[in-house]
Amino acid sequence: MQDLASARALDTFPRLLFHHAEVRAAVTAMREKDLGIWQCWTWHDVAEQVRALASGLAELGFQRGENLALVGNNRPRMYMMMTAVQCLGGVPVPLYQDAVANEMLFVLIDAEVRFIFVEDQEQVDKILEIQESLPQLAHLLYDDPRGMRHYTLPFIHDIRELMEMGRIHNRNHPDLLPLAVAAGGADDVSVMLYTSGTTGKPKGVRLTHRAFISAAHGAVSFDHLTAEEDVLSYLPMAWVGDHLFSFAQALVTGFTINCPESAETVMTDLREIGPTYYFAPPRVFENLLTQVMIRMEDASAIKQKMFHFFMAVARRCGAAVLDRQAVATVDRLLYALGKILVYGPLKNVLGMSRIRVAYTAGAAIGPDLFRFYRSIGINLKQLYGQTETCAYVCLQPDGEIKFDSVGRPAPGVEVKIADNGEVLVRGPMLLKEYYKRPEATAEAINDEGYFMTGDAGLLDEDGHLKIIDRAKDVGKLANGAMYAPNYIENKLKFFPYIKEAVAFGDCREMVCAFINIDIGAVGNWAERRGIAYSGYTDLAAKPEVYGLIQESIEQVNGELVAEGALADSQIHRFLILHKELDPDDDELTRTRKVRRNFVAEKYAVLIDALYSGRSSQFIETAVKFEDGRQGKVAADLAIRDLKTFGVAGRAL
Amino acid sequence: MSRPTGEVILDLKNVSLSFGGVKALTDISFDIREHEIRAIIGPNGAGKSSMLNVINGVYRPQQGEIVLRGQHFTRMSPYKAAVAGISRTFQNIALFKGMSVIDNLMTGRNLKIASNLFQQALWWGPARREELAHRAKVEEIIDFLEIQHIRKTPVGRLPYGLQKRVDLGRALAMEPSILLLDEPMAGMNVEEKQDMCRFILDVNDQLGTTIVLIEHDMGVVMDISDRVVVLDYGRKIGDGVPDAVRANPEVISAYLGAGH
Repeated sequence: MQDLASARALDTFPRLLFHHAEVRAAVTAMREKDLGIWQCWTWHDVAEQVRALASGLAELGFQRGENLALVGNNRPRMYMMMTAVQCLGGVPVPLYQDAVANEMLFVLIDAEVRFIFVEDQEQVDKILEIQESLPQLAHLLYDDPRGMRHYTLPFIHDIRELMEMGRIHNRNHPDLLPLAVAAGGADDVSVMLYTSGTTGKPKGVRLTHRAFISAAHGAVSFDHLTAEEDVLSYLPMAWVGDHLFSFAQALVTGFTINCPESAETVMTDLREIGPTYYFAPPRVFENLLTQVMIRMEDASAIKQKMFHFFMAVARRCGAAVLDRQAVATVDRLLYALGKILVYGPLKNVLGMSRIRVAYTAGAAIGPDLFRFYRSIGINLKQLYGQTETCAYVCLQPDGEIKFDSVGRPAPGVEVKIADNGEVLVRGPMLLKEYYKRPEATAEAINDEGYFMTGDAGLLDEDGHLKIIDRAKDVGKLANGAMYAPNYIENKLKFFPYIKEAVAFGDCREMVCAFINIDIGAVGNWAERRGIAYSGYTDLAAKPEVYGLIQESIEQVNGELVAEGALADSQIHRFLILHKELDPDDDELTRTRKVRRNFVAEKYAVLIDALYSGRSSQFIETAVKFEDGRQGKVAADLAIRDLKTFGVAGRAL
Repeated sequence: MSRPTGEVILDLKNVSLSFGGVKALTDISFDIREHEIRAIIGPNGAGKSSMLNVINGVYRPQQGEIVLRGQHFTRMSPYKAAVAGISRTFQNIALFKGMSVIDNLMTGRNLKIASNLFQQALWWGPARREELAHRAKVEEIIDFLEIQHIRKTPVGRLPYGLQKRVDLGRALAMEPSILLLDEPMAGMNVEEKQDMCRFILDVNDQLGTTIVLIEHDMGVVMDISDRVVVLDYGRKIGDGVPDAVRANPEVISAYLGAGH
């Protein structure tokens, strides 16, 4: 065991683990809350368990290069099993634990797994449900023995049995494991993560030790992370983000991962652990903020006053304080006071008192949400990456946060924008291949070794990457300028009064838009102004509402001009639709994404009116009501011209 | 369903109970075997809850006796029943609403606590060790019933279905050998019922607890119980495995009325 770590460079995860087990044997590597108490495993314990697991797998006949599927919540033993599999030169394949059996089936067959390690009875039952379709399945291992007493099938094993077997095996063959670890190389595949497959069947992305270790090293040095960090591991293990943060970075730096007690207790556990390094999708940050706001509404009047006063201070100067920029002395004093009275206690309630760096990724985060967290002193940043790049392409550097960019290319990563606007990346963190799909691999990586992300983006003057749209949605205006409909629509939808927006402009001389107002927000606004209305159609047609929306869009036009490359995408004319776009009328998908082509066809007459310069257009539309009845909505829609801004050095 | 059930551990012989002139139970005899799930069913006012109250000594029957593991009781009391390993839940939850889930469960450990009030107040030496051991036991129950997320929530703030679960947890905290459940699924939605069924089966299977259950949901009763006793107007009109009870003409007429 002593020579497991030494001799060779620390270029695989098993070597890293045995290295930590030597240099920081007694330091806590993992925690899990069980029976109300945070149970701890030191690096020495983890190495012991990994050794037992790996030897047990060897005893069962696990082969080098073989895949092993893992299904379960974030549990220490799940992470240990990953390293155990890697020790033997195998490939762990984590699956989403909340998938139903049939969704798992495709991956289990595709990966040809003989070994599956699951968390508990629930997952065992799922596997047994599809067992007949898995003829190659040889061993099903489970972690939690609860409810498993009556499962007597010979291929189902308790993980404790396996580890016992492994300890005996290890005693009899003390050389086997060190040799297996020594035989592993940095360019071996370390993990296979399946992409979610919103387009077609999921693809197994094969990533090497070198890829993940270099991605982890890069991020660690970028944010000056140390072995002292605490992270909460609560995001699905099958997701690349969790693998980077909870597995790769933890093994590279030797920091501590903390597994929550259950999915329901994450918020409590977060507060108890107080992580120093935190990762969450925007949705989590949004939910937290909503909770805070709801609870503030129930607070006493004095507390509410205090909260709103200091939040206004934070909005004014909080982000600047965090970025160490110059701030007026009065504001600085007020901010310090606010820190004692509001921000500090608030961060404590959120479990974020100790956070040094927090990241979010995965979806667009609203600027207000982002500003809120930064203004109360939480160093929230965005990153950009995908499964194929170990979630490591761009990171926002401290002190250079721009709300609408995903930051600079990370250390060791080259980013290039292709002629069609697509973001291309190259670096050590790229995938080795898609499993059993050489043609897909060849399609994704071009001749120069760049991975084609499928996202369209821009590099701004400071070298920050801004993601605009999916590359396949990006078109060109008649004058050849880039046109990114989703980008424009998202900007519009950030306004509370605008619920949906559909932009048109591909191959046309200018951009025009349909708007759906948010009946709740605009209705409220109208009531406060004493504007009477009878329903959506009526409200949407009010000149005052047109004025309100016009202001918002002109603001967006101003922003687009400031961004240079998209200045030609300014919206010239718009109308407010007489009905809400509705999945029942096939205008939206069930996940509420606009079906652009369908809408364009259905409302062709409106588009003609927009581009022919008319100031109004009559339209009658069939609608389906919720009870299945059919009806018609007719209206004479006004069309308004918008103010556009000239680009410097060019006549409008 | 074939669960291994053992010897008779609780035998009720010719039990009659009346309140003044009202006869609540008339000459009822049935037995409960170790490790089984025994259901008591019957229309409203049939005497089901009275039966449970007789078993754990809240009511004293005028006639009849209770034989618990060979020991004869003519006068059972709640304390004796608890010491003998019988615990129960209530139809209308009887938890301490202002106390947290943990504290409520800890009250279930009351009988097992050896140290006296003075020692506990000082929380020193043996008293402290003892409390830690009890707390560990309570945590096992919390884990078993999957209520970790509400561990520290005051019970009064919980939704009804969860309160029922906590009520079950407190009964389990006694580590009973016989568990009496008075309508554990009343007022629950389908999903909550499914959860509760699973917990009852788990308790029976993994902890080996004998369960006596009153329930109105016939589907649930027929699915999970080993044997069913049927009461109507304080008399026993049926007793046997679910299929036999379902086919019993007297039971059918009691439930569906004459003419069927």
